[in-house]
This record gives sequence, C-alpha cells and structure tokens, in this order.
Amino acid sequence: MTKGWGLRIYALIYLLFLFAPIILLPMFAFNSGKIIAFPLQGFSTTWFEQLWTRTELHRAVQNSLIIAVSVAAISTVLGICAARAGALDDYPFKRSMIGLVMLPLVLPEIILAVALLVIIAKVLGIAPSVWTIIMAHVLICTPYATAILNGAFQNLDKSFEEAAMDLGENRWGAFRLVTLPLVMPGIISAFLIAFIISLDEFIIAFFLSGNVTTLPVYIYGLRRQSDDLPIIMALGTILVTMSVALLIVAEFFRRRGMRRAGIKDSGGLL
Amino acid sequence: MKPLISLRGVQKYYGDYHALRGIDLDIMPGEFFSLLGPSGCGKTTLLRTIAGFEDVTSGTLTIDGKSMKGVAANLRPTNMVFQSYAIFPHLSVAQNVGFGLRTDSRSKADKARAVVEALEMVGLGGYGVRAAHALSGGQRQRVALARALILKPKVLLLDEPLSALDKKMREQMQVELIRLQRNVGITFILVTHDQEEALVMSDRIAVMFEGSIGQLDDPETLYRRPNTRKVAEFIGKMNILPGRVTGMGDRISVDVAGLGASAIAPEQAPGGTAMGDTMIGIRPETLAILFPGDTTERRTVDGVVDEVVYYGDMTYYDVKVPGIDEPLNLSMKNLIGRPVLDVGAQTKVIWDERSLVVLGR
Repeated sequence: MTKGWGLRIYALIYLLFLFAPIILLPMFAFNSGKIIAFPLQGFSTTWFEQLWTRTELHRAVQNSLIIAVSVAAISTVLGICAARAGALDDYPFKRSMIGLVMLPLVLPEIILAVALLVIIAKVLGIAPSVWTIIMAHVLICTPYATAILNGAFQNLDKSFEEAAMDLGENRWGAFRLVTLPLVMPGIISAFLIAFIISLDEFIIAFFLSGNVTTLPVYIYGLRRQSDDLPIIMALGTILVTMSVALLIVAEFFRRRGMRRAGIKDSGGLL
Repeated sequence: MKPLISLRGVQKYYGDYHALRGIDLDIMPGEFFSLLGPSGCGKTTLLRTIAGFEDVTSGTLTIDGKSMKGVAANLRPTNMVFQSYAIFPHLSVAQNVGFGLRTDSRSKADKARAVVEALEMVGLGGYGVRAAHALSGGQRQRVALARALILKPKVLLLDEPLSALDKKMREQMQVELIRLQRNVGITFILVTHDQEEALVMSDRIAVMFEGSIGQLDDPETLYRRPNTRKVAEFIGKMNILPGRVTGMGDRISVDVAGLGASAIAPEQAPGGTAMGDTMIGIRPETLAILFPGDTTERRTVDGVVDEVVYYGDMTYYDVKVPGIDEPLNLSMKNLIGRPVLDVGAQTKVIWDERSLVVLGR
C-alpha cells in the first residue's frame, strides 16, 4: 500500500466523478421531495407509482420496445452475415467491405440523422413512423452487432464447416449444425447490445419520429416541467438497472462463447 | 488393377497464381499414398481438390471411375482428417464421431453401436461421453480418424495429421496409422512436408515442387535413386558433387570431382543422362571413414576432417577432399572400439560407385 497510493486515489476520484450522476438517479427517485436538491426529504415510491398512470409514457415504452426488438433482430442477422463473410470467406475488396459496414460507428450521429431525414422524408417521401426509426437504428446498430460477432467468428476454425460438409452436410447444414451453435453466445450478446443501443438512442429517433414518441424522446419532452423531474429520475433508475442487467447478461454470453471455443479472453465490453 | 483415383492434366489457378501445373496421377485401391513437398508446393491444394473443397481449373478427376466434376464434397466417397482435426468443440466425442451418420437410415441403436466400434478401433473405447474440447492432441487425432472412418469412405485424406503432435506421439501415431490402414483396407492419401514420415508410412510417394510432381516412386527407390538434385536434397541428406558423363553404353562412365572415374549402372541415372557436365549425389551413410589400423579393398579417397559432430549413437563428419569445394558429409555408427576423430586429422574415406546417383544439371 506504500507504492502507487497516489494513482489509487486518482482512480477512486475518477470513478466517483464518472458514476456520481448515475448514483444520484436512484437517490432522487426515492426522495419524497418534488425539487431535485439536497438535503433529501424522505423515502418514497410515489414517483414510481406515478409512472403507471401516464398512458403517454406507456405508448412511448411500447414504441421503443417494438423498435428495439426489431432493430436488434435485424442488426444481428445482418451482423451474422457480415461477420461470417469476413471470417470464413475470401473475396475481392473484403477489407473495404467490412470497413464500410463499420463506418456508421464513426459518423456523427446528428449528421446521420439529418441526412436520413432528408432521404426518408424528402427524397423517398416516406412519412416518419416506427419503421423509419427501425431502418435508421439498424444502420447504427449493425456495426456494433458485427463487431461483437466478428470476435465470435474469428475464433472459429475455418475447417469446422468444411469438416461438416466432408461428413455429408450441405452448406446450410454445416452452418446450422456447427457454426451457429458455436457463435450462439456471440449472437445473444450482439442482440442484447443492439437492443440497448436502440432503446437508448435519442438523436435519430427525435429527427425521424414524426408524431411517434420513443422513450428517450418522451423523457426529453418532460424536461420542461420541473414537476416531472422526479418522475424522470424514477424512469432513469429503471432504465439504468435494466441496461446494466442486460450488459452483464450479454457479457456473460460473450465470455462463455470464448471459453467454449477454447480462446483466451481478449478484452470485451465489460 | 484399375486405379481408384485418376487425375489427368489437372490445373489449378488462384487468380494469377498457378497452384497445380498439370498433375497426372493414378492412385490404386488400398494404397497408402503420400504427397510430399515443401510448403506452397501444391500438395494440400491437390488433396483439397480430391476432397471437393477446390474446383480444378482444367483437367479431370475421377474417383472409382466416376467423374467428380461438379460433385460437392458432401457427395464424394472421400473423408478427410484436417490438420487442425476440426473436432466440433460443442459436441461430445460420440456426437463428433457420429456426426456423419445423421443422414444414415440406420436405427439409433445401430448408429450408437457403430460409434462405439469406431472409437474402439482407434483406441478410445469408453471416451464417447467426454466433451470434445477437453481432449489432448493425440486423442483429437483419433477422434478425427474415427469420425472419418465410421463412414467407410473409399479414400481417407489426411492433411498433415501428425504435425501438431510432439515427436514421441508422432512416432507412435505413425505406427498406429499404418496398422489401421492395413486393417481397414481403405486407400489413404497423406499430405506431409516431413520426408521421414512419408518414407516410414507410404507405399508410394509423390514428391511435389511448385505445383508439379517431381518424382513418384516407392520410398526405397525415392531415397536411393532420386531423379533430380531437388528431390535428392529434399529427401534425406545428400552430398552433391560436380561431375561429367564421359561415356554411355551398358554402363555409364562418369568422372566425379575428387573421387575419380567410375562406371555405373543405368539405374543410377533415374532422371536420364546426357554427355557432359552433371551433378552426382552420394548419401552420407554410404561413405565411411577408414579408421587407423583398418584395411579395405574398396575405393578410398584421402581427406582431412573438417568438422565433427558427436550424437551419441552416431558421429557426423565433414571431410575436406582435394578437388571438391564442399566437404563430404558422412555419418559413422559409434561401434565398440571405434575412435572419434579430431578436427584436422588425416583420414581416408571409403566410397562405393554403386551408391553414386546421376542427378543431371
């Protein structure tokens, strides 16, 4: 404890600074006072109870869930295709293709949102709806899903599918019976991450939602009424708890996949 | 006997890269056949072509009289043992071995019995319930063999199956593979870069360089009568001396640098002969040191010991002989009472014209 204590204290302060806002969420969510300020007034679950009475909120949650589940499913399927092609096949311009798939990861989201709005609303003339948000979210979630699945596919021995074919399976059978079970933990992990990212996404949803409200957009709308702030805290508490839980589940599956393929863990999200 | 596998003029291009440059090959039923060569010589490509994982660019491949054009890997009467073994890690040993029986119409009990028999055949009886990812290298190898052989293929293809094992395990598996092949009577085609492995296991060996077959012979002929300098240097050690062919008739007259004139048999020039300059090979173990006090009636040449490497059972000598740039490499068994010479010692090297081989230019 004599060596490196300075760094330890630095790390502690750093972590505190990083997580303090998140710790504040449940504190004020369970605070009975209407004003977000110290000192805390007393314990109360009234803000959580109020969440049940807001039909507009329920509508937003329902929209967000529809969007997030669809996006997660589509992104994961696209990610599987991209990752499999990247890991097991050889073809011209392979690297640039993979780069193109990953590109939305580094594009500024606000620019993407404006561009998508122009294309969807003005060029294609499609009215903003749940479906336009799904399309846009697939664009930003696919790179994440692909990145996670790349890890799962890269650990695969190229000979696995060939061996299955050698033993009498056709291409699809080889993929279904050998590759798919081996990358399943990666698939679950990719699905959950895509789900969380879509659920939480605000900028694109805000631009493309039209009169459809997603959960982040709804929360944004609440910010003006200071009376609603504790309710946002309560909602935030639920969302953070859910996100962390899903992340842990996703990471659990990712690590299990690593172990199953007999690979030493090399980083990851958690 | 009709060949089981026939290749005629097989060419394979990967883009501009010419991987197989006109392969003509017949492999007989029940044969243990090896494709031997340095990495990149096309031996694995050739094996994968037979397995159906690669298409040929031109030429024909027939297995058991049927053209394999357009026949996918899963429909060919071949099975493969992969270099990495490709044991499915999410399945048990028994599920791995029984994988190929999925499409089989036999009853569940029959299939289970077949799996047990296959495992017993490779010495893994009772291992069926184990998880595949917990196996050792040698055990994986056996599972891969059982998984392929359970389908009773006409041909078993082995892609460097022993390269991942340590030396002891490798030697043990070599013997087991030979025994297994004799028992099941299936044609084995082995790809290897290990010349010793090929010599030990094969009935016939095709030595490949740069996409073509350099020489195809049984192990003994291949070792004793390599047809080119390339083959001679790839298989075992060979002293290569400059020389000249001075006459051709019932015997071939050659003049070997440092050793002098000899008359040799035509078989000693398997690659053919032409008058004039040539390279002449002589194996280290066919040379001997004439130790002090010994006598011989065979031909000798004077030399000076240039290097001594003591191996316990053997001693390797480099002997400088006037008229040859490179010292002669030779090996002597360390028999009782036989001294180990020192560097710089004057000595005589015994040689025999029957062990000369003309390698061409």
